[in-house]
Amino acid sequence: MKALHNFIESKLKPPFDEGGKLHKYWPVYDGLYTFLFVPGHTAHSGAHIRDGIDLKRTMNTVIMALVPTLLFGMWNVGYQHYGALGIDATFFEQFLFGAIKVLPMVVVSYGVGLGIEFLFCVIKGHSIEEGFLVTGMLIPLIMPVDLPLWMLALSTAFAVVIGKEVFGGTGMNIFNPALLARAFAFFAYPSFMSGDSVWINTSVKEGQAVVDGFSGATALGDLATTGATNYSPLEMFLGTIPGSVGETSVLLILLGAGLLIFTGIGSWKIMLSAVVGGTVMGLIFNTFAPYALSPEQQAFMAVPFWQQLMLGGFAFGVVYMATDPVSGSQTDTGKWIYGFLIGFLAIMIRVFNPAYPEGVMLAILFMNTMAPLIDHYVIQANIKKRKKRAELKTAGA
Amino acid sequence: MQELINLFVKSIFVENMIFAYFLGMCSYLAVSKKVSTAVGLGAAVIFVLSITVPVNYLLQNYVLKEGALTWISTEFAAVDLSFLSFILFIAVIASMVQLVEMIVEKFAPALYNSLGIFLPLIAVNCAILGGSLFMQERNFTTISEAGVYGFGSGIGWFLAIVAIAAIREKIQYSNVPAPLKGLGITFIVTGLMGIAFMSFMGIKL
Repeated sequence: MKALHNFIESKLKPPFDEGGKLHKYWPVYDGLYTFLFVPGHTAHSGAHIRDGIDLKRTMNTVIMALVPTLLFGMWNVGYQHYGALGIDATFFEQFLFGAIKVLPMVVVSYGVGLGIEFLFCVIKGHSIEEGFLVTGMLIPLIMPVDLPLWMLALSTAFAVVIGKEVFGGTGMNIFNPALLARAFAFFAYPSFMSGDSVWINTSVKEGQAVVDGFSGATALGDLATTGATNYSPLEMFLGTIPGSVGETSVLLILLGAGLLIFTGIGSWKIMLSAVVGGTVMGLIFNTFAPYALSPEQQAFMAVPFWQQLMLGGFAFGVVYMATDPVSGSQTDTGKWIYGFLIGFLAIMIRVFNPAYPEGVMLAILFMNTMAPLIDHYVIQANIKKRKKRAELKTAGA
Repeated sequence: MQELINLFVKSIFVENMIFAYFLGMCSYLAVSKKVSTAVGLGAAVIFVLSITVPVNYLLQNYVLKEGALTWISTEFAAVDLSFLSFILFIAVIASMVQLVEMIVEKFAPALYNSLGIFLPLIAVNCAILGGSLFMQERNFTTISEAGVYGFGSGIGWFLAIVAIAAIREKIQYSNVPAPLKGLGITFIVTGLMGIAFMSFMGIKL
């Protein structure tokens, strides 16, 4: 380690220093260097809070919380694939198949996203911001496994440029970039993003065929079209069902949520209120199911609320996307309202809008647009309250 | 009753004037720098829309439509005045806007000053005329439908302008690249908000 450090300091660094030939690319060097070592420069004046928590560590914590779902997603891709073909495969074979499918998605997402990020940093001449680390991991996890890689690359590019860089980079965006990537792919290539044929990889070799009676629909897709699904609640909880790569296992998402809450990086207020919102909407649907317009919708509305919470991307969206500290609500009261409405709208869109069985993505995007407004009014109310208090005090004195 | 509620929800979210039809963009872009001003203009638009759409409904059904004048005399059964609809609709809208302007000037002079030219310009706001023309095109059957539609579209427009004003207040602190500052980034945000509002499109009520 020490030798590497010396090598970098003496051989690699000089051209990037001020006056050096490659000084223009300093952000690239700096970004990669700080991945490996703690930077040597410190603040020169004033009081500073001494804590190692910086953007990089925050992002790394979220990534750690994501790793279980990623690994499980890899296995599940293989599991679903071999299940669809009716082939008995060992755990290792299943995992390997999934890894071969999922890893390229991760690589493409990081490659494209970080490439654009580096480019913008070089142009703007400031050091690299780590905001993309989490986004780059989230994007492959919320896409169907069969999405062509060039579409993945295009939606990543859209998300990074239009979703983030035009606002000035990390911490300044209004919308969650990962969700924008998914929304972009969803509206640009709907046939690759929804339906029955995208969630499970059914590429067959010679002599293989998909088993009889195979349905590639997700549990949510089943419910939206027919009002019934073959998957048991336990399967939904463990995640051995078709779906986007990382969204299926509620158990492991809860594990990640635990880490995020424990480290204080994800807001428990948003998670809790979103679950409450989803529960309330689920209960409303349960109560009013007899008044539904069609039998399918009635069956969908009658799904117990706790199953609604485990279906589709609800858990994943609530834990990893809604708690995004940048695009979410930033005041405490605002967080409660924001989370509640996400849960509420997600379940509502899912049931009412047959075109989008996956309502969580759009519910969070919608609440992202509304979050600044919520914050604005929370702050105004606080200002008013304090003003009144101050007036009372001066009147009493 | 249920139909009216459906129409109301639909005109706010599913067929939002801004995000589904992109109507009334000029004042939406120009007066959305501050939430308080946006609230004022949004309220004015709600008021004007919910008055003009029912009034124009009456005009449409008792003056303009073919055979609408039969309530005067059966001789007019073949008279079709619908070529006058634009001018009459606009006349109604302009007089309503005049009324709003007088009210706002009298009771909220600060708001009147901050809205400036855009208050009288509500008269040529496409969302307002659009409301009346959609009313004509969709053949609403009762005046309450027209009223609910006008009110709902107004609320939808209000929601859109207030949301973008809050976002614009927030991105004042963002490091937006110089060429995109101001209107450029507002257009981009509007497009992205349109994606978010897609969540309601296709909902059948």
